[in-house]
Amino acid sequence: MKQPGAPLLEMRNISKDFFGNQVLADVNFTLSSGEILGLVGENGAGKTTLMKILFGMDIIHQTGGYGGEIFLHGKAVRYQSSFEALADGIGMVHQEFSLLPDFSAAENILLNREPKKSSPVSEVFGDRMDTIDRKSMQQKARTAIKKLGVELDPAMLVGQMPVGHKQFTEIAREISKDHIKLLVLDEPTAVLTEREADILLSAMRKLAEEGIAIIFISHRLQEVIDVCDTVLVMRDGRIIKDVPAAGLTIPQIARWMVGREVGEHPGRRAFNPEAQPVILSMKNLWVDMPGETVRDVTLDVHQGEILGVGGLAGQGKLGIPNGAMGLFPAGGTITFKGNAIPLNQPRRFLDAGMAFVSEDRRGVGLLLDESLDWNISFTAMQVQERFLKKYLKGAIKWRDEKQIQAIAKKYIDALEIRCTSFRQKAKELSGGNQQKVCLAKAFAVEPGLLFVSEPTRGIDIGAKGLVLQALRDYNSKSGTTIVMVSSELEELRAICDRIAIVADGRISGILPSDAESADFGLLMVGKQPDGSTEGGQG
Amino acid sequence: MIRVRQLIKSFGWPRIIIALFLLSLFIIAPMVGVKVSSSLSDTIARFGMNGIMVLAMVPMVHSGCGLNFGLPLGIIAGLLGGTLSIQFGFLGGSSFIMAVLLTTPFAVLFGFGYGKLLNKVKGGEMMIATYVGFSSVAFMCMMWLLLPYTSPTMVWGYTGSGLRTTISTEGFYLHVLNDFLKVQIGENFSFPTGMMLFFALMAFIVWAFLHTKTGTAMTAVGSNPVFARASGINIDRTRTLSVIMSTWLGAIGILVYQQSFGFIQLYMGPFYMALPAVSAILIGGASVNKATITNVVVGTFLFQGILTMTPSVMNSLIHTDMSEVIRIVVSNGMILYALTRKSEATR
Repeated sequence: MKQPGAPLLEMRNISKDFFGNQVLADVNFTLSSGEILGLVGENGAGKTTLMKILFGMDIIHQTGGYGGEIFLHGKAVRYQSSFEALADGIGMVHQEFSLLPDFSAAENILLNREPKKSSPVSEVFGDRMDTIDRKSMQQKARTAIKKLGVELDPAMLVGQMPVGHKQFTEIAREISKDHIKLLVLDEPTAVLTEREADILLSAMRKLAEEGIAIIFISHRLQEVIDVCDTVLVMRDGRIIKDVPAAGLTIPQIARWMVGREVGEHPGRRAFNPEAQPVILSMKNLWVDMPGETVRDVTLDVHQGEILGVGGLAGQGKLGIPNGAMGLFPAGGTITFKGNAIPLNQPRRFLDAGMAFVSEDRRGVGLLLDESLDWNISFTAMQVQERFLKKYLKGAIKWRDEKQIQAIAKKYIDALEIRCTSFRQKAKELSGGNQQKVCLAKAFAVEPGLLFVSEPTRGIDIGAKGLVLQALRDYNSKSGTTIVMVSSELEELRAICDRIAIVADGRISGILPSDAESADFGLLMVGKQPDGSTEGGQG
Repeated sequence: MIRVRQLIKSFGWPRIIIALFLLSLFIIAPMVGVKVSSSLSDTIARFGMNGIMVLAMVPMVHSGCGLNFGLPLGIIAGLLGGTLSIQFGFLGGSSFIMAVLLTTPFAVLFGFGYGKLLNKVKGGEMMIATYVGFSSVAFMCMMWLLLPYTSPTMVWGYTGSGLRTTISTEGFYLHVLNDFLKVQIGENFSFPTGMMLFFALMAFIVWAFLHTKTGTAMTAVGSNPVFARASGINIDRTRTLSVIMSTWLGAIGILVYQQSFGFIQLYMGPFYMALPAVSAILIGGASVNKATITNVVVGTFLFQGILTMTPSVMNSLIHTDMSEVIRIVVSNGMILYALTRKSEATR
């Protein structure tokens, strides 16, 4: 399938940083016509950023451009906008659909490229008055759909389609372009059923035979092995492996994805969580959190441990703390220190002595327009009636500014929050310092158990270390049990005692944090490390 | 110099410009034969009359319900209290106290329903509030005729039933606050101490409330409802409480207005009361989600000051009686200006 001659696409020394935060470094690869390239890696490995660079997306220019060169047919290109990339025959199907729900499939496929008929009116007033040639539009759409090998009614409204068909419509739109040479598919199978995914994979092979090169981004490693010619494994913004797909196995790829071999974790401590009593027990928890649905989680948390919860994006790991806290509709049972905690009532969760640091700092975690002392003291004040002066036998609960400021100062010092004073507004702080304020807010309620969700998302490496250190210190000093949810396995392994991996809304396994990295990788894709589950290996 | 600049910045340029304009009107006034003393007296009286209705904006702004365009609903509660007090035959100072007491259950009840409604339309509160105000006025237009009031001072003379459009408060609570500890300086200047004290008391209650635990929660709900929820706050209850407070303040506000003005205005009277109050607080530097007592005081003074001064000075300048025209142009012009600023604090 690989064809001789100049490669269709070549990327040389691509690098990219977001405000000093290196997300891509020294990326090199080539792609020939008709080749299917599998691009795999953990969340945040840089796959999407790489594709955005290829596509000339605005976000890249707005953040200072990129380093390195891209060659298309041996000619250097540097796209300033996605339109230029489109004009050169590069098509992209995004993770999120960009379709008009009230238009039919055919209209969506040929949007802004509709075949037109000229009429006497348009002769006079110019081609803006042309009428759309519905018949040939249907015809063209049907051809594109046929190329894909799926059954799809061109007249059907997109809004009424199942997700799989929407995905096919998107792909059909890209391949209906006459000069398409390179197609980027960003997780196209994530929303498809197995049968639909099979259809898509065979369609991809057909397209490749016609000479269209495909970059296929997927977390489903079996599909990658099945359909791709070459597999590119990315990790921390670098290409770790660039190998032919033939003969690869899922554990191999998983290990490359997760990286780092055992034994390089000085952070691992001698602590046996299983010997401690269970402090929190979740049974058959389900959470209806959009994009992070939890289906059936049963999990025991032991006193004093730091339990990591990992997994790929969208698998439901974020839903666990959000559901336990009651921020999203949830069901099942949660028992904390022997007492059942009713779900869907944040107040009861807080009253029980638990706290939650949300992954959505700006949305949930902070009062952006208020000062730091308010942010830090608010939850403790409202839930535990601290920092209040009481008059008339408690009928009047007056805010005690002195105590509020004292606690704010204490945590600003303890966590080294960079700010002008406790009067500064939360929105004026950098991401890392905002995160520390969120932690301070949770620490201020002195919880028995602390849920921390994505504590290092969107903050730079230096601040990451400080935040993780703060969590670790807090755990060892006050004995607070911590459940930490993170997409970055590496940071979980650095501070956790055990790590539970979530796949498809369920706990697929719990391992000690110094377990084989490949085993974590397997759990993430829903396979058991011993390879005994369905699916098998490629 | 830097301190001066910071002071200016914290006060806000729009307010400085309006204040300078107001000051220039006071300077021109004696030159065209308008007495400064009586103008100042008028301005202060109008400040006291309208202050509490402007204050009625504050709780709802704090809880994120936006500006209280539904002020007429609170005013109607006040009208019910005032007319009932007269109906029951209370006279003098006691009629005002009874009016306040009789008003309260209506204000709480109306505010509760109004709050429940606003909780169902989060994001579109101000639009809905406007129509709550308008429709309640229309509804009460019928009720004023139908309610079985009998007091001869209030009902239509020829039928003996149904309330008149304008009812004098003379003999009841006319000037009960204005005349309390009144300071008369010369012929033309009087300071309505009682009314100002009453406003100060209301302002203090609101200020103090915002410093309590519940008040803090209210501010947090307005600032970031999701944050408040994640801290265990019942958002809907807090919002309803704020609406009840705003409605009650509106009701008390109209009673204070009536005792100074001398008349109870029924039927379409409350219809246009919301906009001047909204404008005053916006001119005072508040935004849709941030308002302080200072905003209320500064805004009411500037708005009412300009509204008092511009017509009289302009009239004297051009020697024709256009005061009503000028008053409408100025007040609506200021409303227009203020509403363009509603999205952010005018800093």
